Amino acid sequence: MKDILIIGGGAVGAFVARKASSYNLKVSVIEACQDVGDVTSMANSAIVHSGYDPVPGTKKAIFNVKGNRMFPQVCKDLDVHFEPIGSLTVALNDAQYQMLLPLLERAKENGVPAELLSAEQVKAMEPNISPKVKGALLCPTAGTVNPFTLVAHAMENAVDNGVKVHLGEKVIGIEEKDGIFVVHTTRRDHEAKVVINCAGLHSDEIAAMVEPIDWSIKPRKGEYFVLDHYAKGLVNHVLFPLPSEKGKGILVTSTTSGNYLVGPSSEWDDDKEDFSTDAPTLANVKEQALMMVPNIPFREQIRTFSGLRATPSTHDFIIEPSKKYPNFINCGGIESPGLVSSPAIGEYVIDELVSKVLPLEPKESYNPKIRPYLHPATMDEQELNALIRKDPDYGIVVCNCEKVTLGEIKDCLSRSLPPQTVKAVKKRTRAGFGKCQGGFCQPKVVMLLAKHFGCSPADILYDNQGSEIIAKEAK
Amino acid sequence: MEHKDLVIIGGGSAGMAAAVAAYDAGIKDILILERTEFLGGILNQCIHNGFGLHEFKEELTGPEFLTRFVDQVKERGIAYELEANVLSLSKDKVVTYLSAKGKTEIQAKAVIMAAGCYERNSGAIGIPGTRPAGVITAGQAQLYLNEFGYMVGKKVFILGSGDIGLIMARRMTLEGAKVLGVAELMPYSNGLNRNIQQCLKDFDIPLYLSHTVTKIIGKEHLEAIEISQVDEKMRPIPGTEQRFDVDTLLLSIGLIPNNSILDQAGAIPSSTRGSKVNQNMETSIPGVFSCGNVLHVHDLVDYVVEEGRQAGAAAAAYLQGKEGKSEARIECVPGNGIGYVVPSWIDLEQAGDSIPLKFRCRKPSKNVYISISFNGKEIKKMLKLAMIPSEMEIMKLPKNLLDSNQGKLEVSLVAKGE
Amino acid sequence: MEHILTCIVCPRGCELHVDENFNVTGNSCPRGAIYGAQEIRDPRRTLTTTVKCRGKLLRVCPCKTSGTIRKGDQFRIMEIVNQTEVQPPVKMGQLLVSNIGDTGVDLIATREINE
Repeated sequence: MKDILIIGGGAVGAFVARKASSYNLKVSVIEACQDVGDVTSMANSAIVHSGYDPVPGTKKAIFNVKGNRMFPQVCKDLDVHFEPIGSLTVALNDAQYQMLLPLLERAKENGVPAELLSAEQVKAMEPNISPKVKGALLCPTAGTVNPFTLVAHAMENAVDNGVKVHLGEKVIGIEEKDGIFVVHTTRRDHEAKVVINCAGLHSDEIAAMVEPIDWSIKPRKGEYFVLDHYAKGLVNHVLFPLPSEKGKGILVTSTTSGNYLVGPSSEWDDDKEDFSTDAPTLANVKEQALMMVPNIPFREQIRTFSGLRATPSTHDFIIEPSKKYPNFINCGGIESPGLVSSPAIGEYVIDELVSKVLPLEPKESYNPKIRPYLHPATMDEQELNALIRKDPDYGIVVCNCEKVTLGEIKDCLSRSLPPQTVKAVKKRTRAGFGKCQGGFCQPKVVMLLAKHFGCSPADILYDNQGSEIIAKEAK
Repeated sequence: MEHKDLVIIGGGSAGMAAAVAAYDAGIKDILILERTEFLGGILNQCIHNGFGLHEFKEELTGPEFLTRFVDQVKERGIAYELEANVLSLSKDKVVTYLSAKGKTEIQAKAVIMAAGCYERNSGAIGIPGTRPAGVITAGQAQLYLNEFGYMVGKKVFILGSGDIGLIMARRMTLEGAKVLGVAELMPYSNGLNRNIQQCLKDFDIPLYLSHTVTKIIGKEHLEAIEISQVDEKMRPIPGTEQRFDVDTLLLSIGLIPNNSILDQAGAIPSSTRGSKVNQNMETSIPGVFSCGNVLHVHDLVDYVVEEGRQAGAAAAAYLQGKEGKSEARIECVPGNGIGYVVPSWIDLEQAGDSIPLKFRCRKPSKNVYISISFNGKEIKKMLKLAMIPSEMEIMKLPKNLLDSNQGKLEVSLVAKGE
Repeated sequence: MEHILTCIVCPRGCELHVDENFNVTGNSCPRGAIYGAQEIRDPRRTLTTTVKCRGKLLRVCPCKTSGTIRKGDQFRIMEIVNQTEVQPPVKMGQLLVSNIGDTGVDLIATREINE
C-alpha cells in the first residue's frame, strides 16, 4: 500500500513527487512512457515565463509568478541549466504598441517586474530585430531552462529521496474501495491512500475513471524549428510577438544549449497521440518569425518537432481534489505556463491538498540537492584534467557535435533513475542533439545501453515500446 | 603548452595524405588528431570496392585503400593520436583537444583541417509527418551493418540517390532486406551511373526520379512512407501520392562539411559550407589549410587524397618560409551553370605553374563549353560532352594565362553554338 | 540485337553499346570493352561483404571475393559468407574461404583486425 500514487511523470508529476519525498510517505509514480518528461514536458518552448501575461487571479497567474520566483533555487539544487535572459514582447506597429500598455498594467497587477522599452532601446538590445519595431515590454525575470534535465533531475531527486518510479506502465482503470484506490495498469495493480493525477494530455481521461467530470483536455499542437548554435547572438532575449487568444504567439529564442528555437504554431488537434509536423504549418511559423527577426538563418535548421499543449476547457489550470474524493487530486490542463509553474504546483498539491488527507511528517534525511553532474565542457583545464586522470572516460568524446563524453553517459547510467532508451540518454546528456542528429554517436549509445543492461542491441529502444533501432543481427 | 610544426585535424584519407605529403616535403614534427578509434575515417565502413583507380590503378575496397595510407603514415613514423577530439582552434593556431590523456593545448605553426563531412538528416530537411524510429541516414545504417553486424530494417525505402544510399540498397538487399525503391527529388540521379547499374538495376530496385517523401507514417516505429511526384519547382503534385509499407527509410540526401572548428576560429566561410581557400588550400587564417570533404564534398576519394597532398605540400612550404606574403588576390566565382569553385582565391605569386580548379555544374548538361574568363575576357574553353552535378570537375589552369594578380576569374558553362 | 548498358569498371560510367558479335562501342578505355562483352555473355561481379568476427571494437570483418563471380551467384555465395566466422587477429588479405561455392575464387579479408 502506497501513501501516494502519482499518475504521470511529466514536469508536474516530478515536482509533486519531489515535494512528497520530503515527507515520510511511501510514494510511487507511474509513467506510460519509457522515460519521465517525455511528452508535453519535453516538446515545448522551454521558457521560464515571467508571469506578466496570465489574467490576474487565475491559477495560471498565481503558480506562474510563484514558480518563477522558485526557479533559480530549484535549478541550482537540481543542477539544471537556467538562463534568466529576460523576455521582450515586441510591437511591430503602432496598434501593437498601444496593446503593450495594458500588458504592462497586467504585469504590475501580477507582481511581475516589467518595463516598456522604446524602439531604440530594443534595437540596441536586439541588433537583429525587425527595423519596424516600435517598442517592447521587457520582463527581466523570464528565462530559458533545459526542460529535459529539469524533469529528469527533479524525478531523480525524488527517487534519491525514496520515491519509486515505474516506467512503461499505463493506467487502464481505477477503483475506490473503503477510501483506498486500486489503480490497474498494463503491468500490475497499485493500492494507494491518495492518488494524484498528473497525466497531462490524458488527465481528463484519468479523472473520469473515478467520477463524471465537467472539464476536458483538448490537444493544441505547436510546431517548431530548432537551429544549430552557429548563429551566436541572433537574439539575446526570449522574443514574443503580442499575445492573442491563440496563445503567446511564435517566439524566437536561444535555448540553454545555445541553439535557437522558432515556434510554436497553435492548431487544435483531435488526436492526443499526433506529434506529426506538416509543411504548410511550418512554412507559416517561418513566415511569422521572420516578420519579427528578418534574418533567422533557417539553413542552420537541425530539427523540426511538434508538441501538444494540454489545453483545458476551463481556460485555467485545474488543481483540485475530485468532487467526490478529497484523496483523489487532479492536476489537469497544465498548458503554458506549466513548466515554470510546476515547482509551485508541486508544493501546493502536497502542502495544501494532500495535507488535508494525510499526516505530513518532514523526512529528516530529505536532501533537495541532486548529486551534481559533471560538465567537462565548462570545466577549467586543471579541474578537467584532474577528473580525466581519475576517470579517463571523461576524455573520450562520444557525441562529436555536442562534445558529450563517455564519462557523462556512464554517469547517467549509474544514477538512481538511469536512462533506458537512446532518447533518454539524449535528453540527459545532449548526445545526438547536434547538427548530425546522432549520425555518428547513436550506434555507440546503442552499444553502451545494451552493454549496461546486458541485452542485445536489437532490444534497445529509441523511445517507447516498438521503437527498436535495430531489426536483427546480420551475422 | 606543447608545440608542433603541423597539426592535422582528422585522420581520414585527406588528413593522412596531407601528413605524408608534408613529411615528404621535409616537415617531420607532425601530429594527426583523429576523433575515432581508427585512422581512415569514413572509408572504414565503406567496405565496397571501387576506390583507388586513379591513385593506385586498381580497384580497392575502402578499408584496403585506407590501409595503404595508414601504412605510409606508419612507415614514416608520423605521430597520430586516436580518440582525440578537437574542441577548438584559435586564430593564432592553438589547437585544443580532449582525449583520455586530458585536455591538451598545442601551439601549432601550421594546421590542416581535414575533418570530413556529415550526412544531411531528417532534422535538416524536416520531412512532414511523425518522427519515429526507422528513419536514419544511409551512412548510419552502413555503420551499424559494416562494423557492428546489425541490420536496421527488413523492408527499406531510400530517399535520395546519393552514392551511399545506392551502395546501401545493394548491401542490404544482399543481406536479405527488401529494398522497395529509391526516390530522388531531382529529375536526374545524384549518384554515379555505375552505382545506378550495379546497385539498383542489378537487383531490380526502381528509381523514382522527380519524387520525394511527403509523409512519414508510424508512431513509435516507421510503418509506411508516402512519396509524391514533384513539379519543376520541386513542389509535390497532389494526386501522385504512393504509399510504401516499410520499416526503414534511409536518407541519402547529401553531405555537409564538418567545418565548425574553422567557422568558430573565424575562417571566412564558403558557399560549400567549408571555408574559403586559395590555390594552396590556405584559408583566410594564414597557416591554416583545409582539404578533403570538410572543404567541399568530393565524389571520389582519389581526388580527396590529391587535395590532401596539395594542402600538405603547401603547409610544408609555408612552414619552410617558401610562401611569401601577398595581399593581391584573384577572386574565383561560379558563373552560369556552375555551383561553386574551389579555390575561392588565387594568389598568383604563390601559385604553381598549373592551378587546379574544382567545380560542379548545377544540372546535367550535354555538349557545353566550360569557359574560364578572367576580368571579363575568356582565357580558356573546353568542350564537355556531358556533365552531371554528382561529378566534380577538375580543370588545370596554366598560370601563364593570368596576366594580373587581381581581378575576377569566372567559371561558367556556355552551350555549344552560343 | 544491340544491348545498351552502363559501364561499371570505373566511376565514369560510360554508356556502352554491345552488338550481337559482342563488339563494344561507347567505351573510353579497353577495360570498358572487355566489361561490355563480358556483361552480355556472362555478367560477373566482385562481392564485397562481411563475415562474423567478434573483435573488441568490431563485430564483423569486411571481406571480398578475390575475383569476380557470376552475377546470379551472389545470393548463393552470401549464404556461405553468413555461415563463416573468423577469429581476430585477422590479416589484410587473409584467406577466409577457399574456392567459395566452387566459383574458382576465394573469400579474403579486406581489413586488419588486431583484437
